[in-house]
Amino acid sequence: MRHFISFLLIILCGLHVWAQDIPEPKSPRQLVNDYVGMLNGTERETLEQKLRAYNDSTSTQITVVIVKSTLPYPPGDYAFELGRRWGVGQKDKDNGVVLLWASDDRKIFIATGRGMEGALPDAIAKRIITNVISPEFKQKMFYRGLDRGTDEIIKYAAGEYKSDGTEGGDGELPLGVIVFLIIVVIIIIIIISKANKGGGGGLSRRGGGWYPYTTYTGWGSSSGNWGNSGGGGSDFGGFGGGDFGGGGAGGDY
Amino acid sequence: MSKTTLIVIVVLAIFGMYGCSTYNGLVSKDETVNNAWANVQSAYQRRADLIPNLVNTVKGAADFEKSTLTAVIEARSKATSIQLKPDDLTPENMQKFQAAQDQLSGTLSRLLVSVEQYPQLKANQNFLELQAQLEGTENRIKVERDRFNEVVKEYNQSARTFPSNIFAGMFGFAQKGYFEASQAAQTAPTVKF
Repeated sequence: MRHFISFLLIILCGLHVWAQDIPEPKSPRQLVNDYVGMLNGTERETLEQKLRAYNDSTSTQITVVIVKSTLPYPPGDYAFELGRRWGVGQKDKDNGVVLLWASDDRKIFIATGRGMEGALPDAIAKRIITNVISPEFKQKMFYRGLDRGTDEIIKYAAGEYKSDGTEGGDGELPLGVIVFLIIVVIIIIIIISKANKGGGGGLSRRGGGWYPYTTYTGWGSSSGNWGNSGGGGSDFGGFGGGDFGGGGAGGDY
Repeated sequence: MSKTTLIVIVVLAIFGMYGCSTYNGLVSKDETVNNAWANVQSAYQRRADLIPNLVNTVKGAADFEKSTLTAVIEARSKATSIQLKPDDLTPENMQKFQAAQDQLSGTLSRLLVSVEQYPQLKANQNFLELQAQLEGTENRIKVERDRFNEVVKEYNQSARTFPSNIFAGMFGFAQKGYFEASQAAQTAPTVKF
């Protein structure tokens, strides 16, 4: 309760400046960011795979961040600022969740993006921490706490968002691309017809055999690359630019 | 056309064009401030909406001090009675708004302190979740206030620096107020056991 009062007071203190206290996301970008080394390689990898699979299927980004300490900031402020700076969640959905663990402070905070506040209200976030994560952490079962905690988050967030996937992407892309392609084609046709009129026979022959092929494979291959980099590899595709408005709850263990 | 009239027309045209772009810039910054203000108000509204629930839960606990509860209820009604429109965000109005909200914060934290003496409340799941929601609301208020201050800073900078301040004065873009650290936050807290 005392910490709630100090926390009220800090709230009243208006603006403060963020120094270089928020770490940069790891590169290649990961959903599990352990800056302390509390998890071993297998644990980290298993958790990472689970969160990635969830990100791929729903576009909801749950990131686990482990730091030594958030001081001098309250864990909540730290988590919001980190989530906002990294851009956890998709830009138009704000469906990011930051599960922050400050190992030296013995504090845990679940910060929910603006779009997740409905699926994961503060009271539920608090409940996940006090009923699921804290008991495990008290017995030093850190991996199990994080694993079961993220399971709970996933359970509550179920059905809230769907990944746009490939169909969604195809549905959104064409308008811009088609207009662009049409313009490119028109320009090329104009150039060719001018070249023909001007009697540039060589150019017209070369252009004729050349342009449809390039425009087509050019677009095809580049969009294929985007798809690949999102799916596998050691980089999960990056954070989407989601925003945080102060939702979530914290606790200690 | 004489040379001087030409020069005058060119100068006027440049002046007008510059004025237009300054005006548009100010309008868009003004809109950003309005938007941030709406978020601030909804965060405060959220808190005000939570209070009746909190009061009812606490009331259920036997012989809870009536005076603390009444103070919260009164502070709430006072805080909700001050609604500022985005056009009225002058420094003086902001101070009034803030004073009322700070008083509510003060009575709320007093309420939460006195709850310490009621073990049956602290074991009450409903109360614990309300408390989590209240903490979350305070977090949201803080985030929105910080963002409001950020956009007001940008707006005020444009409205007060030369030469855009000429146009700001001409079109009536007044300076807007900030959220400031409250009086209560500046005095060191005393914790009694």
